[in-house]
Amino acid sequence: MPAVIPEDSVGLVTPQRFHFEQPLPLSCGRTLDSWDLMVETYGELNADASNAVLICHALSGHHHAAGYHSMEDRKPGWWDSAIGPGKAIDTNRFFVVSLNNLGGCHGSTGPNSINPDTNKPYGPDFPIMTVQDWVHSQARLADRLGVEQWAAVVGGSLGGMQALQWSITYPERLRHCVVIASAAKLSAQNIAFNEVARQAISKDPEFHKGHYYEQDTVPRTGLMLARMVGHITYLSDDGMRDKFGRELKDGKISFDFNPQFEVESYLQYQGERFSSSFDANTYLLMTKALDYFDPAGDHGDDLATALAPATSRFLVVSFTTDWRFSPERSRELVDALVAARKDVSYAEIDAPQGHDAFLIPIPRYMEVFGGYMNRIADALPQSKGENDNAR
Amino acid sequence: MRADLEIINEWIAPDSRVLDLGCGEGELLAHLMTEKNVTGYGLEIDHDNLTACVENGVNVIEKDIDDGLASIANDSFDTVIMTQALQSMHRPDQIVDEMLRIGRECIVTFPNFAHWRARGYLAFRGKMPVSKFLPYTWYNTPNIHFCTFKDFEELCVDRNIQILERTVVDHSHRHRWWIKLWPNMLGEIAIYRITR
Repeated sequence: MPAVIPEDSVGLVTPQRFHFEQPLPLSCGRTLDSWDLMVETYGELNADASNAVLICHALSGHHHAAGYHSMEDRKPGWWDSAIGPGKAIDTNRFFVVSLNNLGGCHGSTGPNSINPDTNKPYGPDFPIMTVQDWVHSQARLADRLGVEQWAAVVGGSLGGMQALQWSITYPERLRHCVVIASAAKLSAQNIAFNEVARQAISKDPEFHKGHYYEQDTVPRTGLMLARMVGHITYLSDDGMRDKFGRELKDGKISFDFNPQFEVESYLQYQGERFSSSFDANTYLLMTKALDYFDPAGDHGDDLATALAPATSRFLVVSFTTDWRFSPERSRELVDALVAARKDVSYAEIDAPQGHDAFLIPIPRYMEVFGGYMNRIADALPQSKGENDNAR
Repeated sequence: MRADLEIINEWIAPDSRVLDLGCGEGELLAHLMTEKNVTGYGLEIDHDNLTACVENGVNVIEKDIDDGLASIANDSFDTVIMTQALQSMHRPDQIVDEMLRIGRECIVTFPNFAHWRARGYLAFRGKMPVSKFLPYTWYNTPNIHFCTFKDFEELCVDRNIQILERTVVDHSHRHRWWIKLWPNMLGEIAIYRITR
């Protein structure tokens, strides 16, 4: 719906589908023989392919991170606040790659794709993906794009976990790792929230054990509840108080069970919107990938040992009121990186917005993040075009 | 390069691992990284300083030193540095203990409250000293634990801290031959190298 595309936007973008025929062995023991990734890119790859930045998405994210698909779009991509000309991830300087992960529901192979073996949608039979699986698939994408080494791999929340995994699994293939509002593993409380979300979905009568596509229905109520619970945990107590307080929709209570408080109708609206655009099986799968992530698990719970192979430099950022991925989790990661003698910088941003803060262009956050990214860009070989622009 | 940082630079061995508590804009670490191939981190709470460190390519970690350094392992650094911040700590003695736990050696600098100008100010005006070098008034100063060279050296004796080296300079960190005559009266800043 932008009347004109803002100057600091990447503008109109078109997703591309990449098809892979190389079998991808997965953590669960199964293999995906052929698979698709939906991808968007912004900016231009430079001559020596040294300016590529990979964006890893979070639970409900996808390939559309920045810009608009059409002039009718209501909103730009999910991380438009950070990606664009002159923004923290400056598309005048970087070639930015954003994809929908495997298991997603926005065009990459996932539960709602047709299983070539059965000619029916995979549904619940789609293999449970792990962060490692995603990183391997992203490495294949890098090969296809001619990117030997990323200038940076960047992600928030579940995306930050992928960035971290990159630094361990393919240390030689990234120079910088940016981990925002994330954690090296979920806490029991965090897993508990995910389980409530999964139960809401799987107990919906329309779920049909995940085979709802064949029944031509969708477990809408379950998805809506899952999203509502999630949404509460993405906001902070203060943030909700500021945004909604105890405001009533109609100015008075009505002594019935209809939504009357603003916060109720907001959550319902968010939940309903989400339930009509997101796939329930994907939601289940993504929450499992979150729960399973634990790079220290194979190293006697010693995160510093798990991080030993990393050679990239790290930027870790957390937000003070984020209780889903609290600053404490980020500090644990930073402590482990220090113990492992890795180059790391860490900023704890004062922000009332809770976990959602990582998507919001908070000035200090953008200063630190942009400052770090600019430093990376400054180290790139100067392209001719850039010199021209610099005049 | 600030004169005190120049002096500290001489005390740091090449290739060593350094932690700079209250690292400012990362000037010292940036210098040590290029000149001495040093690795390490700065700790900082000031937002502008932290951003400057990031922009300068210096590893910087947002952390309030007063919260303690418990998350850092014993002997994990060759040298732990704290310039001009000891007097603003809630418990300077505990911080020095912590610095000596995580570092083999420590370098500490602080202003000398027994300098003749401070003594004169208090003696003749009867007020807490305010100067160009220490511009705060008593109610808004971050410097809550002023001490003198004598005080600090007494603490070192009490805690079995070994003073390896001491340099006393004026407020612009320059050596003056006459400071050596009566350091606790004539020196404004002390730079100590200590170990346990």
